This record gives sequence, C-alpha cells and structure tokens, in this order.
Amino acid sequence: MKVVLKNLTKKFQSRHTKGQEVIAVNNFDFEIPDGQLIGLLGPSGCGKSTTLNLISGLETPTEGKILFGEEDVTELPPEERGVGLVFQNYALYPHLTVEENIIFPLQNLKGDKKMTREAMHQKAVETAKLVQIDSLMNRKPKELSGGQQQRVAIARALVKIPRVLLLDEPLSNLDARLRLQTREELRRIQRETGVTTIFVTHDQEEAMSISDLIIVMKDGVVHQIGKPQEVYDEPANLFVAQFLGTPQINVFSGSVRGEKLYIGNEAVLDVPGKEDREVWVGIRPEGFIPDENGPFTCNMDRVEVMGRDVSVVSTHPQMTGQSIRSIISSENRFEPGQKTIRFRLKPHKVYLFDRESEERI
Amino acid sequence: MKKNNLKAWLYLLPAILFLGVFMVYPLIDVCVYSVEENYNFASQSFTGVGFGNFHYVLSDPYFTQALKNTFIIVAITVPLSTGLALLISLGLSSIKRLRNAFQTIYFLPYVTNTLAVGLVFMILFKKTAYTDGMVNLLINKFGGSSVDFIEGPYWAKMFVMCFYTIWVVMPFKILILTSALASVNQDYYKAARVDGATSGRIFRKITLPMISPTVFYLIITGFIGAFKAYSDEVALFGTNLNAAGMNTIVGYVYDMLYGDSGGYPSYAAAAALILFAIVFTITYINLTFSRNKVQYM
Repeated sequence: MKVVLKNLTKKFQSRHTKGQEVIAVNNFDFEIPDGQLIGLLGPSGCGKSTTLNLISGLETPTEGKILFGEEDVTELPPEERGVGLVFQNYALYPHLTVEENIIFPLQNLKGDKKMTREAMHQKAVETAKLVQIDSLMNRKPKELSGGQQQRVAIARALVKIPRVLLLDEPLSNLDARLRLQTREELRRIQRETGVTTIFVTHDQEEAMSISDLIIVMKDGVVHQIGKPQEVYDEPANLFVAQFLGTPQINVFSGSVRGEKLYIGNEAVLDVPGKEDREVWVGIRPEGFIPDENGPFTCNMDRVEVMGRDVSVVSTHPQMTGQSIRSIISSENRFEPGQKTIRFRLKPHKVYLFDRESEERI
Repeated sequence: MKKNNLKAWLYLLPAILFLGVFMVYPLIDVCVYSVEENYNFASQSFTGVGFGNFHYVLSDPYFTQALKNTFIIVAITVPLSTGLALLISLGLSSIKRLRNAFQTIYFLPYVTNTLAVGLVFMILFKKTAYTDGMVNLLINKFGGSSVDFIEGPYWAKMFVMCFYTIWVVMPFKILILTSALASVNQDYYKAARVDGATSGRIFRKITLPMISPTVFYLIITGFIGAFKAYSDEVALFGTNLNAAGMNTIVGYVYDMLYGDSGGYPSYAAAAALILFAIVFTITYINLTFSRNKVQYM
C-alpha cells in the first residue's frame, strides 16, 4: 500500500512559552511507494516520531492529508487504519505470554472479521515462525532477550497483516552485534511480507544499510528523499552531507575564483562552470589521495590504523570541525615526525555549498 | 564473620528491646490472659486454665452484635470504597484540566480529623428538637418522611456508618490508585489502541492487570482496617456503642477493658484473639485467591 502525505503539518503548543507553537512536522508532501522499506532519518527531536504517530493515527494533523493508496485515512482512528506499530520500548504487555501478546490484536477484531480461537492460534504461530520466535510462545516478555522482545513486537504488529508497518527506533535498544543481525532480519521480514514499512532512526548507517528509500529530515522539514547511495553521493545541502557518512564529511570554508576552488591560498581543484563566490567545501573522508605533489596541504596530526584502511587525522586553518579525517589505503607509508601531508582530491567526493543558504551548488 | 554477626545484633538490639517489651511481651500476655478463667483484676488471681473466656465472649449478645456489625461494615465498605476509588482515579487520570484541583478535593477527608468529620456527619444526619438534619430535609423535599439516622432504626444507623467509613477511607485509596495509574507506561495504551482494543477491553486486559498489585494491597489493608473499625463508630454514635447497637469487635475489646462495665482483661483478650483469627483467615484467603490474579511485573 503506498502512503501519500499531502501538505502534512503538525503544530504543538510549546511547553515552555505559552501561546507559542512548535512545528514538529512542516508541510510534508511526498509519496512512499508500495512495498518498500523506508528509513525516516534525522537527529533527535526533528519530528520523526511525530510523523510516525501521524501516519498511525495516534496524533491528528493540524493541516494536510494522509492517504493509504487512494483512501483518505486522515480522519480515521488508529484501529481502523490497519497499521502495525512497533514501539521503541516494544510495549509488550508484561503480564501476557508471547502468544497472548501476538494474539491480542486478533482478539479485538469485530464483526465478520472475528476469528475462532483455533484460527487465532494458527495465525499467531504462523507469524511467530516468520520472525523465528515460535519456540518461545509460552514465555513472558521479561524472560526474553531484547532481540527476542523486538521480534515479538514485530509479530504483534504484523499478525493482522497491516497495510503499513511502522517502527519507531527499532534497533536503538539493542546492543551493537544484535543491531547488525536484527537489521538484516528486518530487511528479510519486510521482503517476505511485502508490507510497506516505515522505520524511524537517528542512525544514518542503519538507515542507509537496509532502506530502499531514505527520507532525511531536520526541524520538521524534509531535506532530501532518495535511494541511500544517491543521497550519500549527491547531498542536497550541507546538513544532509554532514548527517550521512561516518566519519563525517570534512567541511572547509573556501571560495571559487576563476573556475578554481581555493581553500586558503591553495587552488585545490578545478571547478569548471562554477561562478566566483564564497562557499562551504565538503570533502568526504574517502575523497583524499595522499600525493607528495598534491595541491592541498594539511598539518599532520596522527595516523589511526584500522586494519584494511588507515585514518589520517590532520588539521587545516580553514576547516570548520575539530580535525580533518581522511580514510586511505594502509599501503601508504608515513614517516614518523612528518609535519605536513599533501593530498590530491577526488572531484566527485568534493561538494560545494552556498555560504548563505547552505544549498548544494 | 562471627564478629560481624555480633555487630549486626548490637545494631538491632535497641529495636529488639523495644519490640520485645512493647510488642512481643504484651502479645504473649494477651494469650495468657485469654485462657485464665475467672481472672480477678483486683486480686490478680484466677480459678483455672481453659477456654471458658472464649465461651463467655462468643455467647455474649453484645459480642455477637459487634461481630455482626463488623462483618456488615467490612462486606459493604471494602468492595464499595475500592471500586469507587478506582472509578474516581480512572476519571482523574483521564482529565487534564482541573486535575490537581480535583485531586486535592478528593484528598481532603484524609487530612481532616475523624471526630471533626463525625461532627459534620452528625449535622448532616442527626435529628434534633430544632431540625431534622440536612439529609432529612432533602428526603422531605422528595416526599419522604424523616428518618432518625443517629438514634433511629438499625439499618439507618448502619447506612450512615458505612457511608461515613467509605468517605473516610476513600481518599487514601484514590491517592494510591491515581499514582499507580500514572505509573503505567502510556505506550501500552497507544499499542492497544493501534491494535484496535476498545476502552473496556483496554481496562480489563491492560490497566487492571498492570495495577493489580496496588488494588490487591488496597483490598488487604482495607479488610484489615475495616475489621479494626472503632473510632469512626465513636465519632458518630458516642462512646456507649452497645446501647446504640453499633459496637464493633475492637469496641467490645475496649469496653471489656475500660468501659463502664469493664475490668475484664481476660474477656478482652479472648475477643482480641478471635478478631486476630478472623483477620488472619480472611487475609490468608485473600492471598491464596489472588495468587494467580495479581501480576507482579
């Protein structure tokens, strides 16, 4: 089921200043295609969870519409929207067993959708098998690990076969190893069920690794929508460029003069077709190539060995962050006590942003 | 290890001494008194050891009246006060505006002196030479005839008694239940709503199990408190409860010790032990019954 958001806006009364409004979701206008896994990505407090609550119906929008397929669900209460929602803390009912938890949504069905006890059990087992917890059916949630609880929560959200599955920070309560495993699992479950799935995360790596499409937002505004690689390779603005990628993109203040890009006094790159102006220069860590005759000189700080690669930490007077991180092959050798390092830059890893609007040039 | 043990005992010593002198010894003494037959307070003598005191107490019409009163009060006030408190707490936790104001109002009886509240109830219910009391005025307005609630028929007095007891014990229950309701994670309710549960089902399947330890605590303490009722009766009907026919077991114990016809510690002890046996049995039944119902998270 495709999900369409039309001019969706949600304003809250500010808790601190009376009468003032906080815009949690500002004029969202996009379409989420059917059967895909979508990552809603942004820093804390950017309105991700509010967006999810709006889609689920737990919150009502101030303005705008939400459509599932062609059906307008804006006015529908959550139970009639046919959504499955997985909470960040899973919200498993602690006094019910795994099976009772999974069956709970089925027991609420009314009218001709009503199911027999046997059919509900069948359905629960089927769903539990999908998320591989069918051997834990009689346990209580507290007897399960975090990862298992998460699967129960997903099973409970899926058992009614929702039109849209929503997950709020699904991996944030898991430890690092489990997180990797679970995100593959999420991908698999989504593929097998084909349910349009939207998950919220502040972890860009998580979003990039499993999403078909990511939506990057900040302060209630959508900054970019696209396939993960596209968004990474072609960030729309400085925020998106900085938010995606670890280590973070390195940002310098620079200027374009005579179709050459200057950082400090050095012309580091040819930028044909760009007019003269002050810019922010973003260079991805993998965009540096060590070269004794390279045009870009940095002050060497230290080298961090990461095995396959090394991370060179250096500084430059024009940088905006604490240091510059460049990831290069470990085949490069560095002399101890080396004071400076010179780089060539890969043109497609260098992005220019307007100094004022911070939009990509 | 041994030295540490010694230290621990040393720390506990003051408490053990106090408890020993003021709790354990009197308790044993009560048991001893209760089996000393024909105990004479003045000469401190008794004629034999046996269950004669229990026999006397159980065949004393004042005691059976007190027993009956106590059981009626327990049976009516405990379920009603707990149920009403639950309803009010649910109401309180679902409103946003004026919630604090209402919470304060509902809590007022708790901080008000029992005797002062008794006085207010007297004004509401008592029939005097000058006025029939506010409640009677209301009854008259709707075409009924006046009832003497304080010195009239038994059912009228029992009605006032139960009304009063419920009114006095409810604030504490409301306070405890509202905080129990507030401590239930809102995500459970959201999850249940998304899962399509009706509010009735959310209450039965989610809210009630979640607060069941608190409800259970209130029921147990409610039973024990109601069985120990005495001061509320005095506040409404004065100290001569036997004459009013509104005595309770604790009242009977008091009368046997210090009342006008008092001076019989053996009878008082026997009555107290009978009360203990009743409370113990009821609490045991409560515990057994609730074992499968109460969900400790």
